[in-house]
Amino acid sequence: MDLTILTVKGLIILVIFGITLLIATYSTYAERKVAAFLQDRIGPNRAGPWGLLQPIADAGKMFFKEDFIPSQASKWLFILGPCLAMLTALMSSAVIPFSDSIRFAWDKVNYDVPVQGIEINIGVLYIFGVVSLGVYGIMVGGWASNNKFSLLGAIRAASQNISYEIALGLSLITILMMTGSLSLRAIIDEQATFFEWNIFTQPLGFVIFLTCAFAECNRTPFDLPECETELVGGYHTEYSSMKLGFYLFAEYINMFVSSAFISALYFGGFHYPFMSLVNEALENSLGAITGHNIATLICFVVFFAKIFFFIFFFMWVRWTLPRFRYDQLMNLGWKTFIPLSILNVVITGAGLLYDFKYATWLIAIVMVVLAVTSTSRAPKRETIAQGTV
Amino acid sequence: MTETLDFFKTLTPTGYLFLALTAITLFCAIGVVTARNPIYSVLALIATFFCLSGHYVLLNAQFLAAVNIIVYAGAIMVLFLFTIMFLNLRKEDEESKTNLTKMASVIVGGLLMVMLITIFRAKSAQIPTVNQMSFDSKTGLVENLGRLLYNDYILPFELASVLFLVAMVGAVMLGKREAGDRHF
Repeated sequence: MDLTILTVKGLIILVIFGITLLIATYSTYAERKVAAFLQDRIGPNRAGPWGLLQPIADAGKMFFKEDFIPSQASKWLFILGPCLAMLTALMSSAVIPFSDSIRFAWDKVNYDVPVQGIEINIGVLYIFGVVSLGVYGIMVGGWASNNKFSLLGAIRAASQNISYEIALGLSLITILMMTGSLSLRAIIDEQATFFEWNIFTQPLGFVIFLTCAFAECNRTPFDLPECETELVGGYHTEYSSMKLGFYLFAEYINMFVSSAFISALYFGGFHYPFMSLVNEALENSLGAITGHNIATLICFVVFFAKIFFFIFFFMWVRWTLPRFRYDQLMNLGWKTFIPLSILNVVITGAGLLYDFKYATWLIAIVMVVLAVTSTSRAPKRETIAQGTV
Repeated sequence: MTETLDFFKTLTPTGYLFLALTAITLFCAIGVVTARNPIYSVLALIATFFCLSGHYVLLNAQFLAAVNIIVYAGAIMVLFLFTIMFLNLRKEDEESKTNLTKMASVIVGGLLMVMLITIFRAKSAQIPTVNQMSFDSKTGLVENLGRLLYNDYILPFELASVLFLVAMVGAVMLGKREAGDRHF
């Protein structure tokens, strides 16, 4: 790898880093706007036009607040907690392919650099490893606070993340089986045609993965680590100032990364219908270099549109569903998702054996039929209410 | 003195990386045994696992590095930390280590060190060096590892999975509360 490629890679990494932080900042604004929309309010509209400067005002407030460390807390671990949370959140976007590749000529040599932090053949495992480390920030911070509520929040976060990681991994395995590679770019390239997007071939895996991603990000309905009715503020009860800000920020970065990951794994990444036709037309009319770069830009925009949709979906769910009870959360993870994802693996394997990609629809159809029959046979709510009254 | 300087001059960037990583690994590993607080001990152990993964990457075994992080740092150490946090070891209750146990550990550790040094210095046990002819830099990558596991070592691999299943069922059986057991 020579110096030019290294420089371009460095620039790409910096741009991705900047975009990640920008999106995380404006996710806080979007969250409040979406909440306002769903609850028929107006939301932030005072700082700047349409309240667009609200996140900056929030950050300024966070920075100028008193940074308080409890006297009985273990000081260095108390500081380490938010650092770890931010670190693990920012690490995971390194292997996500955001677009095709940039072509340019420099010193009479043609270069073709993929828009991706680093292309390794264990991309999925890398993300999985970083996700499994995400819980350390919460655990260390919660323990170091020397507060029983914080400790309970931290322990809840740990057990929840461990439980849902298993189902997450098992639902990923089906995709790995279909692609035969651990590289994210290979997985995306496999989904070049629209009806081979993994959402169509792996509907059940997608539902499991999406739910587990919610649990891993500690978002409602799985935000038990910071359940304020039971635990005051959860693991960040004792935190103030920008340390608290970093915890909240890390949550939004995690949301962005999981949205990117979901769109890359199940929604074809930067692919869109008729993409090859568009690319060909652009390269024919504008030349191999400019045309290709413009096509790459379009891919980039398409990928981010998918990501924004999923970020919106995260917020939509947060302001729609109530929180789970803790035993419901554990039952859902261990008794529903793990057996279902194992069944999914088995059916996908059988489908691959007979060269039929859409085999897992079988489970989805059976589940829908079961759900419909059980709801139609269940006692009606009105009759019970009348009977008791 | 000049010899050590010359040694450092011959090193490649990878060599420097290896030396730095080794120094951090040893530092963290010493931290595991010297830390008074078990939480610090566990955190140092996690750092040690990270350094070991770095060594795997230097050996071009990326798959092993990732799995080491996922399994040890990501799952097992979280459970360790989880358990230790429940123990409430906040008060500096120094465990009563008698002089006898201290003596015994010094003797055992010293003997182990002597043995390791003897092994390394033994003329008969020369450490094999890299054979440039048969060296394949892609040995540790996931494709080759998978091919090896599912072709040559399929029986041990499957047996190990059965063993894991048995261990899992056993753990569930031990942890299960039977009718009439005490509620805690």
